[in-house]
Amino acid sequence: MDVDVEPTRQLVRLRGRSYLAFVFSPVVPIMDWLEDIDATLARSPGFFVGKPVVLDLSTVDLSGSAIAHLVMSLEKRNIRVLGIEGCEAVRLTSNMPPLLTGGRHAPIQQVEPEKPEVKPPSNSLLLDSPVRSGQSIVFPDGDVTVVGSVASGAEIVAGGSIHVYGTLRGRAMAGVNGNSSARIYCHKLEAELLAIDGYYQTAEEIPDALRNRPVQALLEGNVMRVTPLS
Amino acid sequence: MAKVLVVTSGKGGVGKTTTTAAVGAALAQSGKKVVVVDFDVGLRNLDLVMGAERRVVFDLINVVQGVAKLSQALIRDKRLENLALLPASQTRDKDALTEEGVGRVIAELRETFDWIICDSPAGIERGAMLAMRFADEALIVTNPEVSSVRDSDRIIGMLDSKTVKAEKGERVEKHILITRYDAARAARGEMLSIEDVLEILATPLLGIVPESQDVLRASNVGSPVTLNNPASSPARAYLDATRRLLGETIAMSVPAKRVGLMNRLLGRRAA
Repeated sequence: MDVDVEPTRQLVRLRGRSYLAFVFSPVVPIMDWLEDIDATLARSPGFFVGKPVVLDLSTVDLSGSAIAHLVMSLEKRNIRVLGIEGCEAVRLTSNMPPLLTGGRHAPIQQVEPEKPEVKPPSNSLLLDSPVRSGQSIVFPDGDVTVVGSVASGAEIVAGGSIHVYGTLRGRAMAGVNGNSSARIYCHKLEAELLAIDGYYQTAEEIPDALRNRPVQALLEGNVMRVTPLS
Repeated sequence: MAKVLVVTSGKGGVGKTTTTAAVGAALAQSGKKVVVVDFDVGLRNLDLVMGAERRVVFDLINVVQGVAKLSQALIRDKRLENLALLPASQTRDKDALTEEGVGRVIAELRETFDWIICDSPAGIERGAMLAMRFADEALIVTNPEVSSVRDSDRIIGMLDSKTVKAEKGERVEKHILITRYDAARAARGEMLSIEDVLEILATPLLGIVPESQDVLRASNVGSPVTLNNPASSPARAYLDATRRLLGETIAMSVPAKRVGLMNRLLGRRAA
């Protein structure tokens, strides 16, 4: 809104602008509420630094000095209060933040503080119990390790390698996403089918000499080699 | 605390109903209040083996549908006063069972009985799933031969995933009961050995019940084998298994090849 002044003076332009502020609504007892604030700051220090904060005192009845004390307590925590709403104007002195009215609710984008360490996505699946007949374990993201046996009629489908610390009696299909360097390892081979990157061998094609012992299966070109591991 | 025990196998004809009757009677003889429930809707057999086929008025389906009260459907055993039977329907089929209805019946049975033994049908369809759904413990009946073992393994997988207990993150306690064990055939390599079966199934063994004609004799007269002929080798194996189920530690005895005098004279094998 423009203010009319004498033409020799520069016009002071007063414009309206809205800002989004965090509203703190303290509850009694104030000391406990301040402890909660401290806990939040401990988790994300500096979270409120630079952010406009408004105190909503409508649910509490604080005297002028209590309000001043509260504002100071927050200042000590690096939280600068830009305005106060919900209390009588007389309680606010001139060196306290101004009284605000007409605040409207606005959604706040919660910005999660940066987590210090980012856990890498797990690319290995560990199964601690035997895989039962009829169960199908599909893990395209990486290796699958089974501490136990894989029953006849069960299948393991992995994007990476397959490690079976037990007897492999079912089907094992490794490297399903085009990973031709994937391998299949097991303590005892009695598998129904082995496949790496789509190239497969059924039980019939696996030499009898290799059955019932620790083996690894790997792909050489487009030929699967099954070799003993002991 | 009532216990719900499901007797299941996957494969048909391995001895689930025989086991349900034998173990149920043995538990009742040891003083527990036992009810045996037949879940094989449409192909019921438990009532025959228990000798109650002429006293069936209402059945599990009637109770599930609210047509009859549980007390009207339960049949008290004539020989043991703390043994009861809840028969299945012969005229309906498994689709008449609902999970909610079965849950209600099991909950009501828990109020009166110490052991609720659910005789599961063969297969992995609705009847078998509902029989195991509310189980606390499971008895997986297995014959020592390849197809039975593979089917038992499938059932074990389902006990670990499709039961209420598994869905809550708890474990259904599982036991293997090897039935129709023939020592002579195992020695010849025609049947899987006990070690092979346990290595594949990786579940504790509760007992080994030998193949015996006493089982057929008992079901022909409508009596659980543990009541009909408690001195016979299958009955003794079932009694030992029941005691292990109740927590006793008994050394596992592998049934040896037993040849009766007449068979020895006439050169026939016991099996």
